[in-house]
Amino acid sequence: MSLSKADVEKIAHLARLAISEQDIELYSRNLSNILALVEEMNKVDTSNVLPMAHPLDTAQRLRDDVVSETNQRDTFQAIAPQVDCGLYLVPKVLE
Amino acid sequence: MHTLSLAELSAGLKAKKFSSGELTRAYLQRIAKLDKQLNAYVTVAEERALKQAHAADARIAKSQAAALTGVPLAQKDIFCTNGVKTTCGSKMLANFIAPYSATVVQRCDDAGMVMLGKTNMDEFAMGSSNETSYFGPVRNPYDLNAVPGGSSGGSAAAVAARLAPVATGTDTGGSIRQPAALCNLTGLKPTYGRVSRYGMIAFASSLDQGGPMARSAEDVALMMNVIAGFDSKDSTSVDTPVPDYTAGLTKSLAGLRIGIPKEFFGQGLDSKVEQVIRDALKQYEQLGAKIKEISLPNSGLSVPTYYVVAPAECSSNLSRFDGVRYGYRCEQPVDLVDLYKRSRGEGFGAEVKRRIMIGTYALSSGYYDAYYLKAQKLRRLISDDFKNAYKEVDVIMGPTSPTVAFNLGEKTDDPVTMYLSDIYTIAVNLAGIPGMSIPVGFVGQRPVGLQLMGNYFDEARLLNIAHQYQQATDWHLRAPKGFE
Repeated sequence: MSLSKADVEKIAHLARLAISEQDIELYSRNLSNILALVEEMNKVDTSNVLPMAHPLDTAQRLRDDVVSETNQRDTFQAIAPQVDCGLYLVPKVLE
Repeated sequence: MHTLSLAELSAGLKAKKFSSGELTRAYLQRIAKLDKQLNAYVTVAEERALKQAHAADARIAKSQAAALTGVPLAQKDIFCTNGVKTTCGSKMLANFIAPYSATVVQRCDDAGMVMLGKTNMDEFAMGSSNETSYFGPVRNPYDLNAVPGGSSGGSAAAVAARLAPVATGTDTGGSIRQPAALCNLTGLKPTYGRVSRYGMIAFASSLDQGGPMARSAEDVALMMNVIAGFDSKDSTSVDTPVPDYTAGLTKSLAGLRIGIPKEFFGQGLDSKVEQVIRDALKQYEQLGAKIKEISLPNSGLSVPTYYVVAPAECSSNLSRFDGVRYGYRCEQPVDLVDLYKRSRGEGFGAEVKRRIMIGTYALSSGYYDAYYLKAQKLRRLISDDFKNAYKEVDVIMGPTSPTVAFNLGEKTDDPVTMYLSDIYTIAVNLAGIPGMSIPVGFVGQRPVGLQLMGNYFDEARLLNIAHQYQQATDWHLRAPKGFE
Protein backbone atom coordinates (compact mmCIF):
# COMPACT_ATOMS: atom_id res chain seq x y z
CA MET A 1 0.00 0.00 0.00
CA SER A 2 1.69 3.16 -1.16
CA LEU A 3 0.88 6.48 0.46
CA SER A 4 0.73 9.65 -1.60
CA LYS A 5 1.69 13.12 -0.45
CA ALA A 6 -2.02 13.90 0.01
CA ASP A 7 -2.51 10.76 2.13
CA VAL A 8 0.36 11.78 4.42
CA GLU A 9 -1.00 15.30 4.75
CA LYS A 10 -4.43 13.96 5.70
CA ILE A 11 -3.00 11.55 8.29
CA ALA A 12 -0.78 14.27 9.75
CA HIS A 13 -3.80 16.52 10.10
CA LEU A 14 -5.83 13.77 11.87
CA ALA A 15 -2.90 13.21 14.22
CA ARG A 16 -2.43 16.96 14.72
CA LEU A 17 1.21 16.78 13.67
CA ALA A 18 2.93 19.58 11.75
CA ILE A 19 5.13 18.03 9.04
CA SER A 20 7.30 20.31 6.90
CA GLU A 21 7.03 20.27 3.10
CA GLN A 22 10.53 18.72 2.73
CA ASP A 23 9.71 15.94 5.20
CA ILE A 24 6.44 14.83 3.60
CA GLU A 25 8.31 12.95 0.84
CA LEU A 26 10.46 11.08 3.37
CA TYR A 27 7.50 10.20 5.60
CA SER A 28 5.56 9.03 2.57
CA ARG A 29 8.35 6.58 1.70
CA ASN A 30 8.89 5.39 5.29
CA LEU A 31 5.19 4.89 5.94
CA SER A 32 4.71 3.07 2.62
CA ASN A 33 7.54 0.67 3.54
CA ILE A 34 5.99 0.02 6.94
CA LEU A 35 2.60 -0.63 5.33
CA ALA A 36 4.29 -3.06 2.90
CA LEU A 37 5.58 -4.95 5.97
CA VAL A 38 2.10 -4.90 7.47
CA GLU A 39 0.49 -6.27 4.26
CA GLU A 40 1.99 -9.66 5.26
CA MET A 41 -0.98 -9.98 7.65
CA ASN A 42 -3.19 -10.80 4.66
CA LYS A 43 -1.35 -14.10 4.09
CA VAL A 44 -3.50 -15.74 6.78
CA ASP A 45 -7.21 -16.39 6.67
CA THR A 46 -8.72 -15.13 9.91
CA SER A 47 -12.41 -15.27 8.97
CA ASN A 48 -13.28 -17.54 11.90
CA VAL A 49 -11.00 -16.00 14.50
CA LEU A 50 -12.16 -13.83 17.41
CA PRO A 51 -10.17 -10.63 17.82
CA MET A 52 -8.00 -10.41 20.94
CA ALA A 53 -7.78 -6.96 22.50
CA HIS A 54 -6.11 -7.95 25.72
CA PRO A 55 -3.70 -10.73 26.76
CA LEU A 56 -5.79 -11.96 29.68
CA ASP A 57 -9.48 -12.77 29.76
CA THR A 58 -10.48 -10.35 32.48
CA ALA A 59 -13.42 -8.03 32.93
CA GLN A 60 -12.98 -4.38 33.86
CA ARG A 61 -12.72 -4.14 37.63
CA LEU A 62 -15.25 -1.78 39.18
CA ARG A 63 -15.03 0.17 42.40
CA ASP A 64 -17.61 1.71 44.70
CA ASP A 65 -18.87 5.13 43.67
CA VAL A 66 -17.27 7.04 46.55
CA VAL A 67 -14.87 9.96 46.42
CA SER A 68 -11.33 8.73 46.99
CA GLU A 69 -9.12 11.35 45.32
CA THR A 70 -8.17 14.76 46.71
CA ASN A 71 -8.12 17.98 44.71
CA GLN A 72 -4.53 18.56 43.59
CA ARG A 73 -5.20 21.19 40.92
CA ASP A 74 -2.52 23.60 42.16
CA THR A 75 0.15 20.89 42.15
CA PHE A 76 -0.77 19.76 38.65
CA GLN A 77 -1.08 23.30 37.29
CA ALA A 78 2.31 24.31 38.68
CA ILE A 79 3.89 22.63 35.67
CA ALA A 80 1.43 23.92 33.04
CA PRO A 81 2.66 26.15 30.20
CA GLN A 82 0.08 28.87 30.89
CA VAL A 83 -2.59 29.06 33.56
CA ASP A 84 -4.77 31.78 35.11
CA CYS A 85 -7.39 31.53 37.86
CA GLY A 86 -7.20 27.74 37.76
CA LEU A 87 -7.81 27.62 34.01
CA TYR A 88 -5.42 26.38 31.30
CA LEU A 89 -4.86 29.13 28.72
CA VAL A 90 -4.91 28.40 24.98
CA PRO A 91 -5.34 30.60 21.86
CA LYS A 92 -8.90 31.78 21.30
CA VAL A 93 -11.18 29.06 19.93
CA LEU A 94 -14.37 31.03 19.27
CA GLU A 95 -14.53 34.40 17.63
CA MET B 1 31.50 -2.40 46.07
CA HIS B 2 30.25 -1.93 42.51
CA THR B 3 31.03 -5.56 41.73
CA LEU B 4 28.75 -6.94 44.46
CA SER B 5 25.40 -8.55 43.69
CA LEU B 6 22.15 -7.36 45.26
CA ALA B 7 22.25 -10.24 47.73
CA GLU B 8 25.86 -9.37 48.70
CA LEU B 9 25.03 -5.66 48.99
CA SER B 10 22.06 -6.43 51.20
CA ALA B 11 24.16 -8.68 53.45
CA GLY B 12 27.03 -6.19 53.54
CA LEU B 13 24.73 -3.35 54.58
CA LYS B 14 23.12 -5.39 57.33
CA ALA B 15 26.53 -6.56 58.61
CA LYS B 16 27.64 -2.91 58.64
CA LYS B 17 30.55 -3.69 56.29
CA PHE B 18 29.64 -0.43 54.57
CA SER B 19 26.80 2.08 54.83
CA SER B 20 24.23 2.97 52.22
CA GLY B 21 25.75 6.47 52.25
CA GLU B 22 29.19 5.09 51.33
CA LEU B 23 27.71 2.78 48.72
CA THR B 24 25.64 5.55 47.15
CA ARG B 25 28.60 7.96 47.05
CA ALA B 26 30.74 5.27 45.43
CA TYR B 27 28.16 4.79 42.66
CA LEU B 28 27.68 8.53 42.19
CA GLN B 29 31.45 8.93 41.80
CA ARG B 30 31.58 6.11 39.24
CA ILE B 31 28.75 7.70 37.29
CA ALA B 32 30.50 11.09 37.30
CA LYS B 33 33.69 9.48 36.07
CA LEU B 34 32.43 6.97 33.51
CA ASP B 35 28.96 7.87 32.25
CA LYS B 36 30.27 10.44 29.76
CA GLN B 37 31.47 7.50 27.67
CA LEU B 38 28.01 5.93 27.65
CA ASN B 39 25.33 8.63 28.15
CA ALA B 40 23.30 6.10 30.14
CA TYR B 41 21.83 8.65 32.57
CA VAL B 42 19.57 11.59 31.69
CA THR B 43 19.28 12.77 35.30
CA VAL B 44 21.51 11.96 38.26
CA ALA B 45 19.52 12.65 41.43
CA GLU B 46 22.50 13.16 43.73
CA GLU B 47 20.91 15.10 46.61
CA ARG B 48 17.77 12.99 46.70
CA ALA B 49 19.84 9.79 46.58
CA LEU B 50 22.01 10.84 49.53
CA LYS B 51 18.88 11.72 51.53
CA GLN B 52 17.42 8.29 50.76
CA ALA B 53 20.72 6.64 51.70
CA HIS B 54 20.76 8.48 55.01
CA ALA B 55 17.20 7.35 55.76
CA ALA B 56 18.08 3.79 54.74
CA ASP B 57 21.06 3.75 57.11
CA ALA B 58 18.76 4.86 59.95
CA ARG B 59 16.35 2.02 59.13
CA ILE B 60 19.18 -0.51 59.02
CA ALA B 61 20.48 0.74 62.41
CA LYS B 62 17.01 0.16 63.91
CA SER B 63 16.86 -3.34 62.36
CA GLN B 64 13.82 -2.24 60.34
CA ALA B 65 15.36 -2.88 56.98
CA ALA B 66 13.65 -4.77 54.16
CA ALA B 67 15.67 -7.04 51.85
CA LEU B 68 16.90 -4.26 49.54
CA THR B 69 16.92 -1.30 51.95
CA GLY B 70 19.92 0.88 51.24
CA VAL B 71 20.62 -0.69 47.84
CA PRO B 72 20.95 1.78 44.95
CA LEU B 73 19.10 1.44 41.65
CA ALA B 74 18.44 3.36 38.44
CA GLN B 75 14.93 4.02 37.14
CA LYS B 76 14.17 4.11 33.42
CA ASP B 77 13.07 7.66 32.58
CA ILE B 78 9.60 6.39 31.61
CA PHE B 79 8.56 6.05 35.26
CA CYS B 80 7.14 9.19 36.83
CA THR B 81 9.20 10.24 39.85
CA ASN B 82 7.63 12.88 42.07
CA GLY B 83 9.65 16.10 41.99
CA VAL B 84 12.23 14.67 39.59
CA LYS B 85 12.44 15.30 35.85
CA THR B 86 10.76 12.54 33.85
CA THR B 87 11.60 12.99 30.19
CA CYS B 88 10.71 9.68 28.50
CA GLY B 89 13.72 10.42 26.24
CA SER B 90 11.75 13.18 24.53
CA LYS B 91 11.87 16.94 23.88
CA MET B 92 8.12 16.84 24.60
CA LEU B 93 8.87 16.11 28.28
CA ALA B 94 12.40 17.53 28.50
CA ASN B 95 11.41 19.79 31.41
CA PHE B 96 8.53 17.75 32.82
CA ILE B 97 8.80 17.42 36.59
CA ALA B 98 6.41 14.64 37.51
CA PRO B 99 3.88 15.61 40.21
CA TYR B 100 3.54 12.04 41.43
CA SER B 101 5.46 8.77 41.50
CA ALA B 102 4.74 5.60 39.58
CA THR B 103 3.74 2.62 41.73
CA VAL B 104 6.98 0.84 40.73
CA VAL B 105 8.97 3.85 41.98
CA GLN B 106 6.88 4.13 45.15
CA ARG B 107 7.46 0.46 45.97
CA CYS B 108 11.23 0.86 45.51
CA ASP B 109 11.16 4.01 47.69
CA ASP B 110 9.06 2.25 50.36
CA ALA B 111 11.49 -0.68 50.35
CA GLY B 112 14.23 1.83 51.21
CA MET B 113 16.10 1.57 47.92
CA VAL B 114 18.19 4.55 46.77
CA MET B 115 17.44 6.03 43.33
CA LEU B 116 20.70 7.13 41.71
CA GLY B 117 18.95 8.69 38.73
CA LYS B 118 16.83 8.28 35.59
CA THR B 119 18.18 6.40 32.64
CA ASN B 120 18.22 7.28 28.96
CA MET B 121 15.89 5.49 26.57
CA ASP B 122 14.51 5.51 23.04
CA GLU B 123 11.96 8.33 22.77
CA PHE B 124 8.62 7.22 24.27
CA ALA B 125 10.01 3.66 24.33
CA MET B 126 9.95 3.44 20.54
CA GLY B 127 13.15 1.91 19.32
CA SER B 128 15.54 -1.03 19.53
CA SER B 129 18.88 0.74 19.80
CA ASN B 130 18.53 3.80 22.07
CA GLU B 131 19.33 6.01 19.05
CA THR B 132 16.01 7.89 19.00
CA SER B 133 16.49 9.65 22.35
CA TYR B 134 16.31 13.46 22.33
CA PHE B 135 19.23 13.29 24.76
CA GLY B 136 21.55 11.49 22.36
CA PRO B 137 22.35 7.83 21.83
CA VAL B 138 23.63 5.49 24.51
CA ARG B 139 26.74 3.40 23.87
CA ASN B 140 27.24 -0.26 24.66
CA PRO B 141 29.89 -0.63 27.42
CA TYR B 142 31.08 -3.89 25.78
CA ASP B 143 31.93 -1.99 22.58
CA LEU B 144 31.58 1.78 22.48
CA ASN B 145 30.94 1.72 18.70
CA ALA B 146 27.89 -0.45 19.27
CA VAL B 147 24.34 0.20 20.42
CA PRO B 148 23.20 -1.13 23.80
CA GLY B 149 19.81 -2.08 22.36
CA GLY B 150 16.54 -0.41 23.18
CA SER B 151 14.36 1.02 24.29
CA SER B 152 15.80 0.39 27.80
CA GLY B 153 19.34 1.07 26.53
CA GLY B 154 20.28 3.47 29.32
CA SER B 155 19.26 1.01 32.04
CA ALA B 156 21.14 -1.78 30.26
CA ALA B 157 24.32 0.26 29.80
CA ALA B 158 24.20 1.52 33.40
CA VAL B 159 23.92 -1.94 34.94
CA ALA B 160 26.43 -3.53 32.53
CA ALA B 161 28.98 -0.81 33.28
CA ARG B 162 28.39 -1.21 37.01
CA LEU B 163 26.98 2.32 37.28
CA ALA B 164 23.99 0.82 39.13
CA PRO B 165 23.57 -2.68 40.59
CA VAL B 166 20.04 -2.99 39.16
CA ALA B 167 17.68 -0.94 37.03
CA THR B 168 14.08 -0.93 35.91
CA GLY B 169 13.18 -1.24 32.27
CA THR B 170 9.96 -1.54 30.28
CA ASP B 171 9.13 -3.95 27.49
CA THR B 172 6.46 -3.51 24.82
CA GLY B 173 8.08 -5.47 21.95
CA GLY B 174 11.37 -6.55 23.54
CA SER B 175 12.70 -3.42 25.20
CA ILE B 176 13.95 -5.17 28.35
CA ARG B 177 15.04 -8.46 26.81
CA GLN B 178 16.86 -7.20 23.73
CA PRO B 179 19.07 -4.62 25.53
CA ALA B 180 19.70 -7.24 28.25
CA ALA B 181 20.91 -9.62 25.52
CA LEU B 182 23.12 -7.00 23.87
CA CYS B 183 24.67 -5.93 27.19
CA ASN B 184 25.22 -9.30 28.89
CA LEU B 185 22.44 -8.86 31.44
CA THR B 186 19.55 -10.80 32.90
CA GLY B 187 16.27 -9.06 32.16
CA LEU B 188 12.68 -10.10 32.79
CA LYS B 189 9.46 -8.93 31.16
CA PRO B 190 6.78 -10.16 33.58
CA THR B 191 3.38 -11.52 32.58
CA TYR B 192 1.06 -8.73 31.46
CA GLY B 193 -0.65 -7.41 34.58
CA ARG B 194 1.99 -8.66 37.06
CA VAL B 195 3.69 -5.29 37.59
CA SER B 196 1.69 -2.07 37.92
CA ARG B 197 1.67 0.35 35.01
CA TYR B 198 0.42 3.27 37.12
CA GLY B 199 2.77 6.20 36.50
CA MET B 200 4.60 4.36 33.71
CA ILE B 201 4.20 6.59 30.66
CA ALA B 202 2.05 4.56 28.29
CA PHE B 203 3.20 3.52 24.82
CA ALA B 204 0.94 0.54 23.95
CA SER B 205 -1.38 -0.21 26.83
CA SER B 206 -2.12 -3.86 25.98
CA LEU B 207 1.59 -4.70 25.57
CA ASP B 208 3.61 -2.58 28.05
CA GLN B 209 5.16 -4.19 31.15
CA GLY B 210 7.86 -2.92 33.50
CA GLY B 211 10.50 -5.26 34.89
CA PRO B 212 14.01 -5.62 36.38
CA MET B 213 17.37 -5.65 34.60
CA ALA B 214 20.29 -6.93 36.62
CA ARG B 215 23.43 -9.07 36.43
CA SER B 216 21.87 -12.31 37.65
CA ALA B 217 18.56 -14.16 37.97
CA GLU B 218 18.86 -14.00 41.77
CA ASP B 219 19.12 -10.20 41.60
CA VAL B 220 16.10 -10.03 39.26
CA ALA B 221 14.16 -12.24 41.70
CA LEU B 222 14.98 -9.92 44.63
CA MET B 223 13.79 -6.93 42.59
CA MET B 224 10.58 -8.72 41.53
CA ASN B 225 9.77 -9.23 45.20
CA VAL B 226 9.79 -5.42 45.53
CA ILE B 227 7.85 -4.38 42.41
CA ALA B 228 5.43 -7.19 41.55
CA GLY B 229 1.87 -7.32 42.79
CA PHE B 230 -1.68 -6.07 42.46
CA ASP B 231 -2.24 -2.30 42.31
CA SER B 232 -5.77 -0.92 42.51
CA LYS B 233 -4.59 2.20 40.66
CA ASP B 234 -3.86 0.15 37.51
CA SER B 235 -7.07 -1.15 35.97
CA THR B 236 -5.13 -3.87 34.12
CA SER B 237 -3.29 -5.08 37.22
CA VAL B 238 -3.99 -8.72 38.07
CA ASP B 239 -4.95 -9.69 41.61
CA THR B 240 -3.12 -13.00 41.99
CA PRO B 241 -0.75 -13.78 44.87
CA VAL B 242 2.93 -12.88 44.50
CA PRO B 243 5.28 -15.76 45.39
CA ASP B 244 8.70 -15.19 46.94
CA TYR B 245 10.61 -15.22 43.66
CA THR B 246 13.84 -16.25 45.43
CA ALA B 247 12.33 -19.35 47.07
CA GLY B 248 12.51 -21.81 44.17
CA LEU B 249 15.75 -20.67 42.50
CA THR B 250 17.75 -23.79 43.30
CA LYS B 251 15.23 -26.46 42.29
CA SER B 252 16.77 -29.11 40.07
CA LEU B 253 16.09 -28.91 36.33
CA ALA B 254 15.97 -32.69 35.91
CA GLY B 255 13.08 -33.55 33.63
CA LEU B 256 12.47 -29.96 32.52
CA ARG B 257 10.82 -29.97 29.08
CA ILE B 258 12.27 -27.28 26.81
CA GLY B 259 10.61 -26.42 23.49
CA ILE B 260 12.70 -24.95 20.67
CA PRO B 261 10.54 -23.28 18.00
CA LYS B 262 11.82 -24.19 14.55
CA GLU B 263 10.64 -20.80 13.28
CA PHE B 264 13.21 -19.08 15.52
CA PHE B 265 16.17 -20.81 13.89
CA GLY B 266 15.52 -19.95 10.28
CA GLN B 267 16.61 -17.23 7.94
CA GLY B 268 17.76 -14.01 9.52
CA LEU B 269 19.49 -15.59 12.52
CA ASP B 270 23.24 -14.90 12.48
CA SER B 271 25.09 -18.24 12.27
CA LYS B 272 27.61 -17.33 15.00
CA VAL B 273 24.76 -16.32 17.35
CA GLU B 274 23.03 -19.61 16.52
CA GLN B 275 26.15 -21.56 17.53
CA VAL B 276 26.31 -19.83 20.93
CA ILE B 277 22.59 -20.53 21.49
CA ARG B 278 22.95 -24.22 20.58
CA ASP B 279 25.89 -24.51 23.01
CA ALA B 280 23.69 -23.01 25.74
CA LEU B 281 20.97 -25.56 24.98
CA LYS B 282 23.54 -28.38 25.32
CA GLN B 283 24.36 -26.97 28.76
CA TYR B 284 20.67 -27.25 29.67
CA GLU B 285 20.70 -30.89 28.59
CA GLN B 286 23.62 -31.43 30.95
CA LEU B 287 21.47 -29.91 33.71
CA GLY B 288 18.89 -32.63 33.06
CA ALA B 289 16.50 -30.93 30.67
CA LYS B 290 14.89 -32.58 27.67
CA ILE B 291 14.81 -30.59 24.46
CA LYS B 292 12.07 -30.95 21.87
CA GLU B 293 11.47 -29.13 18.61
CA ILE B 294 8.10 -27.35 18.53
CA SER B 295 6.32 -25.09 16.11
CA LEU B 296 4.82 -21.63 16.61
CA PRO B 297 3.28 -21.51 13.13
CA ASN B 298 1.91 -17.97 13.28
CA SER B 299 4.98 -16.38 14.90
CA GLY B 300 6.24 -15.13 11.52
CA LEU B 301 3.37 -12.67 11.55
CA SER B 302 4.36 -11.16 14.90
CA VAL B 303 6.23 -8.21 13.45
CA PRO B 304 3.49 -7.07 11.02
CA THR B 305 0.84 -7.60 13.70
CA TYR B 306 2.82 -5.64 16.26
CA TYR B 307 3.46 -2.79 13.85
CA VAL B 308 -0.28 -2.26 13.62
CA VAL B 309 -1.28 -2.86 17.25
CA ALA B 310 1.50 -0.90 18.93
CA PRO B 311 1.35 2.21 16.71
CA ALA B 312 -2.47 2.21 16.91
CA GLU B 313 -2.35 2.17 20.70
CA CYS B 314 0.48 4.71 20.79
CA SER B 315 -1.44 7.12 18.56
CA SER B 316 -4.16 7.10 21.17
CA ASN B 317 -1.85 7.27 24.19
CA LEU B 318 0.27 10.10 22.82
CA SER B 319 -2.71 12.29 21.94
CA ARG B 320 -2.55 13.63 25.50
CA PHE B 321 0.64 15.52 24.57
CA ASP B 322 -0.98 18.62 23.18
CA GLY B 323 0.94 21.55 24.66
CA VAL B 324 -2.00 22.50 26.89
CA ARG B 325 -1.57 21.04 30.36
CA TYR B 326 2.09 19.95 30.57
CA GLY B 327 5.07 19.30 28.36
CA TYR B 328 6.42 21.22 25.38
CA ARG B 329 4.40 24.10 23.92
CA CYS B 330 5.41 25.79 20.66
CA GLU B 331 6.14 29.53 20.51
CA GLN B 332 3.36 31.98 19.53
CA PRO B 333 0.59 29.61 18.43
CA VAL B 334 -1.87 31.45 16.16
CA ASP B 335 -4.87 29.24 16.99
CA LEU B 336 -5.67 26.01 18.81
CA VAL B 337 -4.96 23.69 15.87
CA ASP B 338 -1.61 25.42 15.31
CA LEU B 339 -0.86 24.95 19.03
CA TYR B 340 -1.52 21.22 18.77
CA LYS B 341 0.26 20.67 15.45
CA ARG B 342 3.44 22.59 16.17
CA SER B 343 3.76 21.54 19.81
CA ARG B 344 3.52 17.93 18.69
CA GLY B 345 5.43 18.37 15.43
CA GLU B 346 8.32 20.09 17.21
CA GLY B 347 8.14 18.11 20.47
CA PHE B 348 8.18 14.60 18.98
CA GLY B 349 11.06 13.00 17.07
CA ALA B 350 10.76 11.29 13.67
CA GLU B 351 10.23 7.70 14.86
CA VAL B 352 7.47 8.76 17.25
CA LYS B 353 5.76 10.73 14.49
CA ARG B 354 6.04 7.78 12.10
CA ARG B 355 4.37 5.45 14.59
CA ILE B 356 1.64 7.93 15.49
CA MET B 357 0.87 8.30 11.81
CA ILE B 358 0.80 4.55 11.10
CA GLY B 359 -1.47 4.12 14.09
CA THR B 360 -3.74 6.96 13.05
CA TYR B 361 -4.01 5.49 9.55
CA ALA B 362 -4.72 1.98 10.87
CA LEU B 363 -7.54 3.24 13.08
CA SER B 364 -9.01 5.71 10.62
CA SER B 365 -12.40 5.35 9.02
CA GLY B 366 -12.37 2.72 6.29
CA TYR B 367 -9.14 1.08 7.45
CA TYR B 368 -9.98 -0.12 10.99
CA ASP B 369 -11.18 -3.59 9.87
CA ALA B 370 -8.35 -4.17 7.41
CA TYR B 371 -5.63 -3.23 9.87
CA TYR B 372 -6.43 -3.08 13.58
CA LEU B 373 -9.17 -5.71 13.67
CA LYS B 374 -7.13 -8.03 11.44
CA ALA B 375 -4.11 -7.56 13.72
CA GLN B 376 -6.20 -8.44 16.78
CA LYS B 377 -7.28 -11.69 15.12
CA LEU B 378 -3.66 -12.58 14.31
CA ARG B 379 -2.82 -11.76 17.90
CA ARG B 380 -5.25 -14.48 19.03
CA LEU B 381 -3.61 -17.01 16.66
CA ILE B 382 -0.12 -16.11 17.90
CA SER B 383 -1.22 -16.44 21.55
CA ASP B 384 -2.96 -19.75 20.88
CA ASP B 385 0.30 -21.14 19.42
CA PHE B 386 1.95 -20.55 22.83
CA LYS B 387 -1.01 -22.02 24.76
CA ASN B 388 -0.81 -25.15 22.63
CA ALA B 389 2.96 -25.39 23.05
CA TYR B 390 2.69 -25.28 26.85
CA LYS B 391 0.61 -28.46 26.75
CA GLU B 392 3.82 -30.26 25.68
CA VAL B 393 6.68 -28.24 27.20
CA ASP B 394 7.42 -26.24 30.37
CA VAL B 395 9.47 -23.46 28.81
CA ILE B 396 10.29 -22.26 25.30
CA MET B 397 13.81 -21.11 24.40
CA GLY B 398 15.55 -19.44 21.51
CA PRO B 399 17.77 -16.50 20.62
CA THR B 400 16.65 -13.14 22.04
CA SER B 401 18.05 -11.18 19.10
CA PRO B 402 18.95 -12.31 15.56
CA THR B 403 22.34 -10.60 15.85
CA VAL B 404 24.68 -9.27 18.51
CA ALA B 405 24.81 -5.51 19.07
CA PHE B 406 25.06 -3.64 15.76
CA ASN B 407 27.02 -0.43 15.21
CA LEU B 408 25.56 2.99 15.94
CA GLY B 409 23.99 4.35 12.76
CA GLU B 410 23.92 0.96 11.04
CA LYS B 411 20.14 0.47 11.00
CA THR B 412 18.82 4.02 11.22
CA ASP B 413 18.20 4.59 7.49
CA ASP B 414 15.24 2.27 7.09
CA PRO B 415 12.79 1.86 9.98
CA VAL B 416 11.78 -1.62 8.82
CA THR B 417 15.37 -2.92 9.17
CA MET B 418 15.34 -1.75 12.78
CA TYR B 419 11.90 -3.32 13.40
CA LEU B 420 13.22 -6.76 12.43
CA SER B 421 15.58 -6.70 15.48
CA ASP B 422 12.51 -7.58 17.55
CA ILE B 423 11.58 -10.63 15.52
CA TYR B 424 11.92 -13.10 18.42
CA THR B 425 10.72 -10.95 21.28
CA ILE B 426 7.49 -9.45 19.96
CA ALA B 427 5.28 -12.57 20.05
CA VAL B 428 5.78 -12.72 23.83
CA ASN B 429 4.22 -9.25 24.29
CA LEU B 430 1.34 -10.06 21.93
CA ALA B 431 0.54 -13.17 23.97
CA GLY B 432 1.18 -11.45 27.33
CA ILE B 433 3.36 -14.30 28.63
CA PRO B 434 6.55 -13.66 30.64
CA GLY B 435 9.94 -13.60 28.92
CA MET B 436 13.56 -13.36 30.06
CA SER B 437 16.94 -12.97 28.44
CA ILE B 438 20.09 -14.38 30.03
CA PRO B 439 23.76 -14.12 28.97
CA VAL B 440 25.08 -17.26 27.26
CA GLY B 441 28.27 -16.22 25.48
CA PHE B 442 29.88 -13.81 23.06
CA VAL B 443 30.61 -13.27 19.40
CA GLY B 444 33.85 -11.34 19.55
CA GLN B 445 33.36 -8.69 22.25
CA ARG B 446 29.59 -8.55 21.85
CA PRO B 447 27.27 -10.56 24.14
CA VAL B 448 24.63 -13.09 23.11
CA GLY B 449 21.37 -13.59 25.01
CA LEU B 450 19.17 -16.68 25.30
CA GLN B 451 15.45 -15.99 25.55
CA LEU B 452 13.33 -17.98 28.00
CA MET B 453 9.57 -17.80 27.42
CA GLY B 454 7.21 -19.05 30.11
CA ASN B 455 3.55 -19.76 30.66
CA TYR B 456 1.36 -17.08 32.22
CA PHE B 457 2.51 -16.10 35.74
CA ASP B 458 5.36 -18.65 35.65
CA GLU B 459 8.11 -16.08 36.45
CA ALA B 460 9.36 -18.08 39.45
CA ARG B 461 10.03 -21.08 37.23
CA LEU B 462 11.79 -18.94 34.61
CA LEU B 463 14.01 -17.46 37.31
CA ASN B 464 14.85 -20.97 38.56
CA ILE B 465 15.70 -22.08 35.02
CA ALA B 466 17.96 -19.04 34.59
CA HIS B 467 19.55 -19.36 38.04
CA GLN B 468 20.56 -23.00 37.60
CA TYR B 469 22.28 -22.16 34.30
CA GLN B 470 24.11 -19.32 36.08
CA GLN B 471 25.32 -21.72 38.76
CA ALA B 472 26.95 -23.88 36.06
CA THR B 473 28.39 -21.10 33.86
CA ASP B 474 29.96 -17.67 34.35
CA TRP B 475 28.93 -15.61 31.29
CA HIS B 476 26.77 -13.41 33.52
CA LEU B 477 29.80 -12.51 35.67
CA ARG B 478 31.80 -11.03 32.77
CA ALA B 479 32.41 -7.30 32.83
CA PRO B 480 33.11 -4.92 29.94
CA LYS B 481 36.72 -3.70 29.58
CA GLY B 482 37.24 -0.38 31.30
CA PHE B 483 34.16 -0.77 33.50
CA GLU B 484 35.21 -3.71 35.70
